[in-house]
Amino acid sequence: MAIHLYRIDDRLIHGQVVVGWGQPLNARFMVLVDDLVASSEWEKELYRMAVPPEMEIFFADVATAIKDHARYATDPRPGMLITGDIGSMYHLVKGVKAIGSVNLGGIHHRAGRTQKLRYVFLTADEERQLRALEAAGVEVTAQDVPSARARPLSEVLEGESP
Amino acid sequence: MNEEQGGGPGSPRAIVVGHGEFAGGLVSAVGQICGMADKLVVLSMMGMTPEDIESTIREQLDRTGARVIFTDLPAGSATIAARRIVKEDPGIVLVSGVNLATLLDFVFSTAASPTEAARAAAERGKASLIVVGR
Repeated sequence: MAIHLYRIDDRLIHGQVVVGWGQPLNARFMVLVDDLVASSEWEKELYRMAVPPEMEIFFADVATAIKDHARYATDPRPGMLITGDIGSMYHLVKGVKAIGSVNLGGIHHRAGRTQKLRYVFLTADEERQLRALEAAGVEVTAQDVPSARARPLSEVLEGESP
Repeated sequence: MNEEQGGGPGSPRAIVVGHGEFAGGLVSAVGQICGMADKLVVLSMMGMTPEDIESTIREQLDRTGARVIFTDLPAGSATIAARRIVKEDPGIVLVSGVNLATLLDFVFSTAASPTEAARAAAERGKASLIVVGR
């Protein structure tokens, strides 16, 4: 079944991911790729308790996720992979070379970021990384929940009309 | 972050935080039923980073002296933020999966400690979930 959703979401595991996407995709496993979380037993336990019992969760730093991606991708169960930032997903995609699409799910306001959509704010460097992914053949779209329209990167970077 | 006190006199005893307008709706219902919405602080986490959610809950706990946090989903980012707060301050109590029966029990509670009040309210909330029909 492989991984059905590669998502960038700074909240990592939360309602939109576990319920909003997890239920329609019937996700049975989740790969949380985050260097900080992967290095802390307490952080891992925090997120482990946030997923329902029928969903297995794997934790990995970016380097480990690149190494283990083939195993996740051939898992017979439907799964999702989440990173908390664009840089981690960028390095993962470059390292794996087998990821065809990336979902921008929640990248919220921080200093230096400009608003593009209600739930997408980007720095100039993040924009460059997303453009580079698209140039490499990866489909990059923004879509917070399954019922919303997937917006292509070009539309995201134009920003939302007030 | 939307924030309101619920109106009327009294000191808040808990923060209610959840997705969308969930917290505002629940606290509004508490006010309509018993006029004690002022015991609760409403927070919405729409459009916020995890760090902002956590810092805003902390600010409201400090400002009001409340010791209890009610959240909607165990998997929600408010719950994740609240668990970080509880880890640092074991005197704070978190109840996730809050419903109206839970809040009504809590605002009427005369328990000596926030922990006792929260535990009793959570039990009332669980008991309020019933299924009728075949």
